Amino acid sequence: MNRHFSIEKDAQGIAWVCFDSADSGANVLTEEVLEAFDQTLVQVAQMHPRGMVVISGKSSGFIAGADVKAFADVPGVASAEQHILRVHEIFHRLESMAFPTVAAISGFCLGGGLELALACDYRVCTKDADTRLGFPEVKLGIFPGYGGSVRATRLLGDIKALELMLGGRTLSGRAALRIGLVDQAVPRRQLRAAAMALIARNRRPRRAGWLKRLPRLFPLRPLSARLLAGQVAKRAARAHYPAPYELLDHWRACGGDESAMYASEARNVARLINASAAQNLIRVFLLQDRLKSEGNKADFDVRHVHVVGGGVMGGDIAAWCALRGQRVTLQDRAPEYLARAVERAHALFRHKLRDPYRVQAAIDRLMPDHHGSGVRSADVVIEAIFEDIDAKRALYGQLEPQMKSDALLATNTSSIPLATLGADLARPGRLVGLHFFNPVAKMPLLEIVHDQQTEAEALSKATAFARHIDKLPLKVRSSPGFLVNRVLMPYLLEAVELLEEGIPATLVDRAAVAFGMPMGPIELADTVGLDICLSVADKMAEALQNPVPTRLRELVEAGHLGRKSGQGFFVWRDGRAVKPAERGLVPLTEPEISDRLILRLINESVACLREGIVADADLLDAGVIFGTGFAPFRGGPMHYAHSRGTGELQLRLNEFEDRFGQHFHADPGWAAFA
Amino acid sequence: MNRETINHDRGRLRGRPVYVVDGVRTPFLKARGRPGPFRASDLAVAAGRALLMRLGVAPDVIDQVVLGCVSSGPDEANVARVVALRLGCGDRVPAWTVQRNCASGMQALESAALDIASERSELVLAGGTEAMSHHPVMLNELMVAWLGAWSQARSLGARGRALMQLRARHFQPVIALLRGLTDPVVGLSMGQTAEELAERFGITRDSMDAYAVRSHQRLAEARERQRLDEIEPLYDSQGLVYAHDDGLRPDSSLEALARLRPVFDRPIGRVTAGNSAQVSDGAALLLLASSDAVERLDLPVLGRITDSQWAGLDPAQMGLGPVHAMAPILQRHRLDSDAIDVWEINEAFAVQVLACTAAWQSGTFCHHVLQRDAAFAPIDEAKLNVDGGGVSLGHPVGASGARITLHALKVMQRQGAQRGIASLCIGGGQGGALLLERDGGSAA
Repeated sequence: MNRHFSIEKDAQGIAWVCFDSADSGANVLTEEVLEAFDQTLVQVAQMHPRGMVVISGKSSGFIAGADVKAFADVPGVASAEQHILRVHEIFHRLESMAFPTVAAISGFCLGGGLELALACDYRVCTKDADTRLGFPEVKLGIFPGYGGSVRATRLLGDIKALELMLGGRTLSGRAALRIGLVDQAVPRRQLRAAAMALIARNRRPRRAGWLKRLPRLFPLRPLSARLLAGQVAKRAARAHYPAPYELLDHWRACGGDESAMYASEARNVARLINASAAQNLIRVFLLQDRLKSEGNKADFDVRHVHVVGGGVMGGDIAAWCALRGQRVTLQDRAPEYLARAVERAHALFRHKLRDPYRVQAAIDRLMPDHHGSGVRSADVVIEAIFEDIDAKRALYGQLEPQMKSDALLATNTSSIPLATLGADLARPGRLVGLHFFNPVAKMPLLEIVHDQQTEAEALSKATAFARHIDKLPLKVRSSPGFLVNRVLMPYLLEAVELLEEGIPATLVDRAAVAFGMPMGPIELADTVGLDICLSVADKMAEALQNPVPTRLRELVEAGHLGRKSGQGFFVWRDGRAVKPAERGLVPLTEPEISDRLILRLINESVACLREGIVADADLLDAGVIFGTGFAPFRGGPMHYAHSRGTGELQLRLNEFEDRFGQHFHADPGWAAFA
Repeated sequence: MNRETINHDRGRLRGRPVYVVDGVRTPFLKARGRPGPFRASDLAVAAGRALLMRLGVAPDVIDQVVLGCVSSGPDEANVARVVALRLGCGDRVPAWTVQRNCASGMQALESAALDIASERSELVLAGGTEAMSHHPVMLNELMVAWLGAWSQARSLGARGRALMQLRARHFQPVIALLRGLTDPVVGLSMGQTAEELAERFGITRDSMDAYAVRSHQRLAEARERQRLDEIEPLYDSQGLVYAHDDGLRPDSSLEALARLRPVFDRPIGRVTAGNSAQVSDGAALLLLASSDAVERLDLPVLGRITDSQWAGLDPAQMGLGPVHAMAPILQRHRLDSDAIDVWEINEAFAVQVLACTAAWQSGTFCHHVLQRDAAFAPIDEAKLNVDGGGVSLGHPVGASGARITLHALKVMQRQGAQRGIASLCIGGGQGGALLLERDGGSAA
């Protein structure tokens, strides 16, 4: 018995070890918890039970994983290795208990949590939708270090185990049973009974059969590793994301030799966790936590969301809210304008929920409402109609008198200042911007737009609402482009500028991808739609003195709108950009191209900080990463600027200003870093 | 006369007033030989959630849900409970499904009204839903017996012998829809009972067809003038929206109808697909309330249900059901036809409505069958089914009773009328009717 674990021996002689962390809402394996677990194991051993079941006392899940916060400042390779070896010891004690042990898993069982479960003789999990098992370590720039790489290969065979660890994907209970990760998957009501039955049966713990162990034999091992590395390369480059490659190296070096593997695991994971990729990815993980903590669900009891505007944005916002459990009414002028939105919602629900009962429940929550009868009972009203000041103001004039007095009024505008939109409202302070990104179901960020008029209560309601629908809220001041579009636009315009200078689009994109962007800027512009880019660029041009390149305007006038029209900067075939091979000489090197793109983005970020668009540099980094996909392993634009040296970057800006023009003029905000 | 009055008085709806707050229905979608895009529960959920949202009534404040449905799908036995849960009424709101064939939707309203009148309920969501295109196609009994034998056959030999016994007749499916429309006591299909009425009242093919054409014309006009605001569109998963009753043929003409062949008494009958109600999918839901609930939730009022009547008659004459149900209501309120401003008599068959109006004004019929001294005054055609009916917009059996009640109230509201009646004939030989009232053009 201690702060985190309780032990109860039942009439059948089974010891139930209940993990209920005293310090957090989810069970996390902090150093203190791990030591407490070790003590618990010693106590259980002295009780001589018939068997032991590890079970969670949290409704949220089994174990969320290792303590990522502690990883953010690891004192060094040696101490990290020491920590890992100590955990190896504890889990080894668990594995060598003299009686059968079972992990009874309900809810998430991730990373270190799964490694703990693997050190038990048996695992049983529930078939519920919220049960997820997996190794997300590679997403943090490391690989499983608490013996997971050893025990997973032992249990599943090398290839299955490596695929699980390389992909970072999580599995449902059924899928975990299918690959043999758990011994049983049962309805929640049978979890305890199933654990008891496994102890009573006391079979030899499962191991991979000889066929699945074949790949670890010497001639096959390097070959398999190379094949798997080929698969990984399709998703991530080694220079940016070394962890999966390191995992393969580790297995190739000592796969099949367990004691060598434990040692190699501790050594390699300790090294990886101290490297910049992991540190930056952990930083991103913690930034995500910080954004989550910006909103508190308890501040606002939201049940009903009314969305006006059944276009792609409005429809997708409505569908997303319904998916996240809200009752949603979606309004547009006539039923015909809502049909497409309903169709898209059905597709989203089927894709995300699968289970037909849950799909039906989501469909029932989303009500097309061309009369707008939902306005009166809605807790949040989101306007997502076309970008026209008069139309929006006229609409608010109709909405405001019907709304509940404590309801939140929000606009999804991407360009019109709040003060302009709210001018005629009886209570302008209740209007906030909820700037969703396209595609809504994929983009985690939600910009919460406010100005000096915004009521504090409206702002806290808006951030709380973001958490209710599982988005990451970022408070931004109402100013052209807010944060994300503002920093993205110079980056995109610079790409077009490079094209105009004769640099082939393929090379521009390649340089950005080499830097670590998920997609090149030219392809991104084509994907977003050149008409949309042009309209945003035009709206921001006056405010930010960014001239709009003529090439962009010409393409839009010619009807080349990008992916949706089949041609933009690239020709598009079957939803893919056709990128011509470019081998000729160009006047710029790849690092020069990527610097031109990224420096524009960073320079604008500095301007945003100076103007106080967001509260601090960490929030800026978080917004740009979750809003644009900015290379996460670089930790965000400002973090990258600091790690490369702000002085050096300013020199580079000065150099570029001389070479390429005034738009590289360093923002006065750089002075703050002197 | 005196004895009769007392007798008729027995069916009267007693207790506190029952208010109809409002109602919504789906468009009625014609069954086109394969399962339509919506199940019975889907239809009722679409209508119910739009109704509640319109009124701003939270689903969980309702006391109970009562729905009429003749045949819900195998996945939704007690379809009312499925609908209540899907609407978000919550676990604690009970729901039940009622069945009185073609009057199931009206039965649901009456059951709800009785519970409100007797102070058992304050607020009830009631109506009817039917997806006739989803009515099952079943294995016949021969096949079911064979399958039973097959599952017992263990050895290869036994299985072989079982297989040898399979004949073509085993594969003859049972189409539940057709069985349901055949009277199991007198062995007549509903269409054949309509032919009986045509013969008895000497109603010609031409007058039936003319009635059908008028039904289509009236519905077309009602749509054009946007008088059908009780319809809420349906949306499917394929991006299609269904905003209107799709069985309407605005170009319907006597010539076109005359070319159709009789379907029930071939080849010499008079009843055709063109002058019969369409087989459809649809739902209609109404919110019924006590005066307390109306006040407490500040609800609008469409009208009141003030009386109801059920009647039985020869199953072979089932189409006359409305006459048998409406007569006692008028008698106990001492009213004649001119006191009724709006009539909705469900159009199961054109001939059946025509037979009802003929019987209603026939001295002999009223005397011999209804034991009245005199005939009722004729029903004014201009007040009967003014916006079309089952022939033009369809007759999803479980829903029609709720639809005609709702629509009668809507017409009364539009016209500032005081009294209306909704009635239908019921397969198996019954009739049902509701008396609806609004006070001096306003409701309460």
